[in-house]
Amino acid sequence: MRPVYAVTGGVSKFAKARPDRTFQALVKEAYDYALKDIGLEPRQANELVDGTVGSYFSDHFQRQLMSAIMVQDYLGLVPKPGHRVEGGGATGGLCFQEAWKAVASGTMDVCLAYGFETMSHVQTWKGNEFIALASDVSFDYPVGGFYSGYYAMMVTRHMKEFGTTVEQMAHVSVKNHINAVHNPYAQKHMRITIRDVREAPMVAWPLTRLDICTMSDGAACVVLASEEGLARIEKAAGRSFPKVRVTGIGRGTDAMRMSDRPHQSFEDFYRWNSLPNEQDADSRAYYKDLWDRGFRYPGVHSFRAGRMASRQAYRHAAITDPLNQIDFVELHDAYTSSEIQTYEDMGLCRYGEGGRFAESGLAFLPGIEYGLDLPQKPKCPVNPSGGLIACGHPVGATGLMQAVFAIWQLQGTIGRHFGNDRLQVRGARRGAIHSHAGTGTYVTVSILEKED
Amino acid sequence: MENRDIPTRHEETLDGAVVFNVPFPKDLKDLAGMAPLIIKYPYHIDYIHSYGQDSPFFAGLANRRLLGTRCKTCGYVFATPKMSCMECGGDCEWVELPQEGRVHCFTVCHFGSEEFLPECPFVLALVEFEGVNTLFLTRLLGVDPARPSLDWIGMKVRAKFRRLSRFKPTDVWFVPA
Repeated sequence: MRPVYAVTGGVSKFAKARPDRTFQALVKEAYDYALKDIGLEPRQANELVDGTVGSYFSDHFQRQLMSAIMVQDYLGLVPKPGHRVEGGGATGGLCFQEAWKAVASGTMDVCLAYGFETMSHVQTWKGNEFIALASDVSFDYPVGGFYSGYYAMMVTRHMKEFGTTVEQMAHVSVKNHINAVHNPYAQKHMRITIRDVREAPMVAWPLTRLDICTMSDGAACVVLASEEGLARIEKAAGRSFPKVRVTGIGRGTDAMRMSDRPHQSFEDFYRWNSLPNEQDADSRAYYKDLWDRGFRYPGVHSFRAGRMASRQAYRHAAITDPLNQIDFVELHDAYTSSEIQTYEDMGLCRYGEGGRFAESGLAFLPGIEYGLDLPQKPKCPVNPSGGLIACGHPVGATGLMQAVFAIWQLQGTIGRHFGNDRLQVRGARRGAIHSHAGTGTYVTVSILEKED
Repeated sequence: MENRDIPTRHEETLDGAVVFNVPFPKDLKDLAGMAPLIIKYPYHIDYIHSYGQDSPFFAGLANRRLLGTRCKTCGYVFATPKMSCMECGGDCEWVELPQEGRVHCFTVCHFGSEEFLPECPFVLALVEFEGVNTLFLTRLLGVDPARPSLDWIGMKVRAKFRRLSRFKPTDVWFVPA
């Protein structure tokens, strides 16, 4: 496999509704930004791009099949190769990795990954229905299909197993909303408190409206290139760019129905699902105790797909101690609770410790006033951008939005793109992005690193 | 401090006015500033859904029987039927499940998909059965949705069935045993 560089990216303004643009024009908004950032005219760029991967989740929201080809021709990229990928909420992450594959394999030197979703075309209640169609329509959807309900069931089990509290979940909401105050791309700019989260309308007990991301219209794109491709882009632009390399790729899956998730033994967990930082005697004793008390893996409280994706990506990028070796994470916080579950899957803490990790302060940014009493200093900021909860979740764009923010973090250019550098992770050298579908059905983790 | 219980805006609905024409500028250059035209487009379908190999499960519900499947190779038992074993890939056969189990986890839905909005608030639960390897998604009735408690987890529950079947998984639901 050849080295793959993430050269540039763009994000459209995410909003509840963008009736001013059709989906093609929203992607163009992101693409134009990405090109302007490296000083290329569309005509120059379109000569350099070898092909594309398109990302959008639901055909229902557009009431249009083959939407990606309409983006391809709108951008002026026909007749170059292209295809669409779809994998629920992880669609953007899968798209990023498909573009990586195209470049790493030598099929393309420059590949454009673009994604979008335009969810405002139906009312929220109908949108919930469309999204819930991503659950088994024979056995799950007809019982009361509602994704927030599915996640809330995971929450009650997480609370019961580990003593996780709603206040710990609210810490995630406060962190991500207050981070997003400094991110002009975010859909929501709200300075909130734990109390605001708990007093917001209840959606699916115990998740309130401020524990849950919203539907959005938006688009994002990323340009990936080989060394040769990057050299060509730099030649055309007449200057060199800060180098960000994709050093790790991982994916996992799990059963569509939450009810089908297995309840594995301690031995199987250690054999198939444990991370390098969980091999010490202390971790083994911790997990043995969990199993002795009835914990079974993954059950409905943990995401085996997220763990599998992390394991693969970490092995690829030679990460053995994620909390200490990753400088920031942009992860799929569709729910505050799923951010907590994902801390555990990604090995930032052990299974069962996610609630305490959320309120520890380790995942917060330095220099931001959260109005919280945090016992520990920031170590690995999670969702410095504000995440899905505050930025919005135009499904097909989300995983690519994370990639764009990660590129800017590693380039050290957050200040230029956001108009302020409050969210810039100082000295960031390695970041992880995590994209997640369904009730944990498809998950991707990709590692990006700054290269001197 | 605003009182959150008193509404401050109308709910958005799709009952817009019918418009057959709009103003148009003399100079085409002015079109760059035109506001987007938004139209409503009806979108209704009757969908033909086959339960295929899972059909006996729904026939079972119509006869007050709760069916799962068991792998003929490794013995893994699925509470929600699967005719191909997720553990080993073997073929599965139909088995009858106990009609009593315990709440594994639950939630109260105060909002939801359009189809289920009129039923809010309702309780969703995953039920576990003795000797069965996977769980079953169901509605939990007979508990107060206004007073949810983590103590519901582990509660013994039993199945109840619709007399007039709709051939949907909601033909069965659970109540405290």
